[in-house]
Amino acid sequence: MQRWPVLLFLAWACFLFFSGIGLFTSGFLLMRIELTNRSSCSDPLAAPAWAGQGVTSRACWMPQRVPKAVLLIIDALTFEFARFDPAKARPRPYENKLGFLHQLAGSQPRHARLYRFRADPPTTTMQRIKGITTGSLPTFIDVGSNFASYAIEEDNLLGQLVENGRRVVFMGDDTWDGLFPQKFFRSYFFPSFNVKDLHTVDDGILQHLYTTVDGGEWDLLIAHFLGVDHCGHKHGPDHPEMAKKLTQMNEMLRSLVDHLANDTLLVVAGDHGMTETGDHGGDSEKEVNAALFVYSKTPLFGAHLPEEPETIPQVNLVPTLALLLGVPIPYSNIGEVMAELFSGDGGTALAAFSQLSAYRINAGQVDRFLHSYSLAAQDLPAERLRYLRELFSAALEEHDRLLAQVREGLPASPEQEARLGRLVVRFQHYLREARAVCMESWARFHPLRMVAGCALIAASCLLCCVASELAAALDFSYRSRLLYPLLWGLAVAAVLGLAHLLTREGLDLILVVSWSAATSQLAFFWHSWGRRPRRAHLAGVQPPVANVGLWQRLRAWQGLVLPMGILFIRCCAMFSDSFVVAEARVAPFLLASLAVLLVGKLHWHGRLTAPEAPKQSPGAAFYQKESWQLLCLLAVLLACLRLSGLFHQCREEIPHCQPSPFLAPLSSLQSAQAKNLFYLLCVASLAGLVYAVRCWLQHYGNLNSASPLVLFVRWAFPLLAVWIACYWAVTSGAEDTLGKLQELVQVALVGFPQAVYGLASLGLLLVLWTPVTVFVKDSRESVGPIVTPYQGAPSSQADLQHVIPQIYRRMQESLKTQLDRGHRRATVAAYGLGSVYSAALVIVLTLLGLLLLTLHSERMSLAFLLLFLEGFVLLQIHAWVVSLAGDAEPFVVPWYAVTAWVFAATQFFYSTGHQPIFPAIHWHAAFVGFQEGHSTHLLPAVLVGANTFASHILFAVGCPLLLLWPFVCEVPNSQRRKLKKELREELQEKEEQPIMEMRLRESPERFSAALLQLGLKYLFVLGVQLLACVLAAMVLRRHLMVWKVFAPKFLFEALGFMVSSICLLLGIFLVMRVDCAVSAWFEQLQPR
Amino acid sequence: MKDTEIKRLLSANVVSVLSIILTTTVPPLFLENFSVLGTHLIWLCICSICVTTVNIILYIILKPNPSSKRISFAHKVTRFLKCCVFFFISCILFHGIIVLYGAPLIESVLETFLFAVLLSTFTTLHCLCMLGPNIQAWIRVFSKNGAMSIWDNSLQITTMCSIVGAWFGAFPIPLDWDRPWQIWPISCSLGATFGYVAGLIIAPLWIYWNRKQLTYKSR
Repeated sequence: MQRWPVLLFLAWACFLFFSGIGLFTSGFLLMRIELTNRSSCSDPLAAPAWAGQGVTSRACWMPQRVPKAVLLIIDALTFEFARFDPAKARPRPYENKLGFLHQLAGSQPRHARLYRFRADPPTTTMQRIKGITTGSLPTFIDVGSNFASYAIEEDNLLGQLVENGRRVVFMGDDTWDGLFPQKFFRSYFFPSFNVKDLHTVDDGILQHLYTTVDGGEWDLLIAHFLGVDHCGHKHGPDHPEMAKKLTQMNEMLRSLVDHLANDTLLVVAGDHGMTETGDHGGDSEKEVNAALFVYSKTPLFGAHLPEEPETIPQVNLVPTLALLLGVPIPYSNIGEVMAELFSGDGGTALAAFSQLSAYRINAGQVDRFLHSYSLAAQDLPAERLRYLRELFSAALEEHDRLLAQVREGLPASPEQEARLGRLVVRFQHYLREARAVCMESWARFHPLRMVAGCALIAASCLLCCVASELAAALDFSYRSRLLYPLLWGLAVAAVLGLAHLLTREGLDLILVVSWSAATSQLAFFWHSWGRRPRRAHLAGVQPPVANVGLWQRLRAWQGLVLPMGILFIRCCAMFSDSFVVAEARVAPFLLASLAVLLVGKLHWHGRLTAPEAPKQSPGAAFYQKESWQLLCLLAVLLACLRLSGLFHQCREEIPHCQPSPFLAPLSSLQSAQAKNLFYLLCVASLAGLVYAVRCWLQHYGNLNSASPLVLFVRWAFPLLAVWIACYWAVTSGAEDTLGKLQELVQVALVGFPQAVYGLASLGLLLVLWTPVTVFVKDSRESVGPIVTPYQGAPSSQADLQHVIPQIYRRMQESLKTQLDRGHRRATVAAYGLGSVYSAALVIVLTLLGLLLLTLHSERMSLAFLLLFLEGFVLLQIHAWVVSLAGDAEPFVVPWYAVTAWVFAATQFFYSTGHQPIFPAIHWHAAFVGFQEGHSTHLLPAVLVGANTFASHILFAVGCPLLLLWPFVCEVPNSQRRKLKKELREELQEKEEQPIMEMRLRESPERFSAALLQLGLKYLFVLGVQLLACVLAAMVLRRHLMVWKVFAPKFLFEALGFMVSSICLLLGIFLVMRVDCAVSAWFEQLQPR
Repeated sequence: MKDTEIKRLLSANVVSVLSIILTTTVPPLFLENFSVLGTHLIWLCICSICVTTVNIILYIILKPNPSSKRISFAHKVTRFLKCCVFFFISCILFHGIIVLYGAPLIESVLETFLFAVLLSTFTTLHCLCMLGPNIQAWIRVFSKNGAMSIWDNSLQITTMCSIVGAWFGAFPIPLDWDRPWQIWPISCSLGATFGYVAGLIIAPLWIYWNRKQLTYKSR
């Protein structure tokens, strides 16, 4: 049996998938590290005083220029909406509707101005709010300390205002509530989720807006209108509803301006634009092109009036507002101040100085941020950072020189003014360069990498499919199919590595890995193709009958239609956000359909009906007894599928969804009676699980020997269950009742889970060490001299008494051997040899199940019981179907079984209370057994990962059972309690066929090929789903829901794939280990 | 012989299709505010009753599986009662299967049950009319080589089409289109109806198309 090549081949296939995932991720998922540093007034960044600047009372970095500001965010206010073109004769519904802005800008050019406001992708509302308040470029994953909530942890404008004692009032979109919990002085949130609802949020705001403005209890008022955006999503921009909505906004602005005080700044901004269909999320011109309008009743701007509205990056609003309101700029801001707002109403010289100091502060802050960021992460290129550093220090030197001159009191000269202007330009240049560097690494998809990643994953799927077909053939050579591709891949990796070494460029690991993966794949296909023609040639010897050949080929593919069709439907479902959201119900639906169709197909082909129909009633058919059993199993499976729906977690996208009450820990239950009841239920399910496994092992005779593993199963399984039950008892108890025993409780809280971990790990090691659970009854006793030889006649009574029983025994012995020789020779009876592979897997699965169950909340044990039951039922159905179908090749696991197995894994991902969104991760799993927290990040990550992907782990490790189970169940005579495999001592007597799993051992080559094929099929089904996810994320990257639905789904699917494939390798490795041990056992048996 | 049989089948199926079309067009003349989507439950009842009557009438007129034996009246009555029991059991079974497939268990029980009744009308009732309350015959008909007449073939096709239609009808439910027909069980019952109608139309065509290949075992 070829063990290592099989494992290596599967590992190589996994590696191909991983490299594809890595490549796609590097192009799709923009990553950034969040810094938690905060700016404060005491930072040494405050502006040095220029001549003529008095320090006002509220000076922090820069004197406050605006005491109050109103920030109106009109969601999806595209620049086209805000622009007014009087020349247009027949405006579209969205054009020329905000006439009031135009009127203000036209009549008071020093008070009002309209800008193009360039949003940074991803143009989704939440990311944009983050951008407008923190001044940075939020990506999909902002790696921060807390994944569980969406709250902004970075330094931000609101935080700065609150810290400096300002009052921030908010009204509108309730996304802000999640982002800034407890930050607002007063707030009016309205639900934003229903995209079809155009008016709730806007009307709610209008109800409170004017009274709040008049009340005056605020320093910054934020109002976030959603109507325009929702109108875009519902009707698109080119619709009369949009005209109505924009007119409403226009009226709102008109009356708001009437209510504003003289010193209040009004900022109207769109957070992003929209495409022609009203969508947003991506980086197309229309999506990033929003509008910004600034107005105040006191003059803000200089006399200079630009011809065409300027383009302002969105992040620029943050430093501008911060400095205008007299608070520090948020730490991570990379925006640039809008200088013209700092000119004020003084002379030009004064204005220039004040602009310069704003730039100076801004540049200092950005430089500080870049420095801290480059210490925390390496994703900004070092040489660009060095260049930026140089720019900044040069500008700073120049600034200080100029400052010294001015301090000396030299009279203002044109030459000095020119230097001033040049310095401003230098600061500007620095800030823009810095922003560009950050943009490049944080805010841009890499379409090429995404496409290449997809192609790599697709090619890997194809490879799995092709290889699984080839593996069935006996001429599968690992040399050409595995060794050469691997060598090719390694060679390419080495060449690339050398090239990098020679050119001394930064080594991009992902690129190297993907190149080598792609090459090795190509080599595989090339070698496979190279072998093809010969076979075609051989086939060509016979006169080809094309028609028949095609028909037969179609016949051969017919069996694939069912599983592949269902798999195809599931893959299509990945492209719809609604289906991804509803996947928890879609997966069981498809699994149920698959199972029912499978049994229906058997019925259709007449496999379920008894072959000899009773003659008396023609036209009637009867079911065999086995068929009824199969139907019962099907009913149990359907019931399992339905019941597993009881354990679902909710997503916020599903309205009126109540999360399953079973997800809450027992300690949250109020009523003691209910708590006791549920506790008993949980313990019962635990005991049931352990008991069922014991029964199964007993039934197949794997519980008889005295090997350490069997002892472990006998004694440690109940012990584990008891410990888990104790742990539950301690955690679910009310905290105050055990007042005096508090310390003991703390010890128990740590001790029990850790003991469970320890014992379970010990068990896993034991399985690896001695996986054979076979009880040997050896009846080949060596017939030695039992009778002590005696000399002479018996001398005494005592001697006689001693000898007579000996003679009797001797006679008995010889009689027995004669009898034995008569009809059966001395035999070795090995109990449990027929299920030795499955037994080891079942033991490992149970151990893993108990381990994973500990990580979940107590009542999830019911879900785990259901999981084991469903797995068992699936295997039984599979075995029945194989035996009923009759014609199936025993060494080939059919596609439907693999597909159903993968679907069951997906289904139980949901039924163990998970959802593919970050807030639904069970973070508490990291603290099971580690109450104090962790010192490293690895262990909690492993615990949380094991909790999240529990079902993936269990089903992947159990995957080889699909191959083994039909062999285990094959004995038709199920009444036999003990199944034993009789091994003839004389090897030449081979007339007795090996039974059950020993049939696998009979042909080791086919066994290893079957394992390889099974693994490849499993990888293929997983890989196709992954491919669908990846394609969905790539194609729909402009979709409204991409960051809420598709991207998290992709992440969970990719992680699930990795976990599954590694566990699959482990499962197959375990089977190989058992095979080794069984071989050793046979050898040990031989010499005796 | 075969051609006349096919013609009879075609006419029977056309009558069935027309009856279903009538259930959507006639009731608004008598009932206020009736629409298939708005008052779906009423439509479900009307459709089930209408299809039942039409099927029974057609069965009485056409007698697809004429029995050679003379049957006593008492036997007929027990047969009829047995049919009723079978129909009721099949409604319950369908209800159970629909719930197992993910329909709500407690809420909208009435909707689910009426949908089950509709499905039974499309499938079980047909079987009862054609084959009588004889499970063995049912098992025989729904297997690969089990059809003994074109009526059996038609039965296979319409039954499968109805069930497949109902299955496909479940697909639009999760979508967030907010259409009135996405509410449970409208899409499924409409799917089943469309499937049934499609089956009725396809069956004679398919049989006509394959009339050369179709050979039936003698009874």
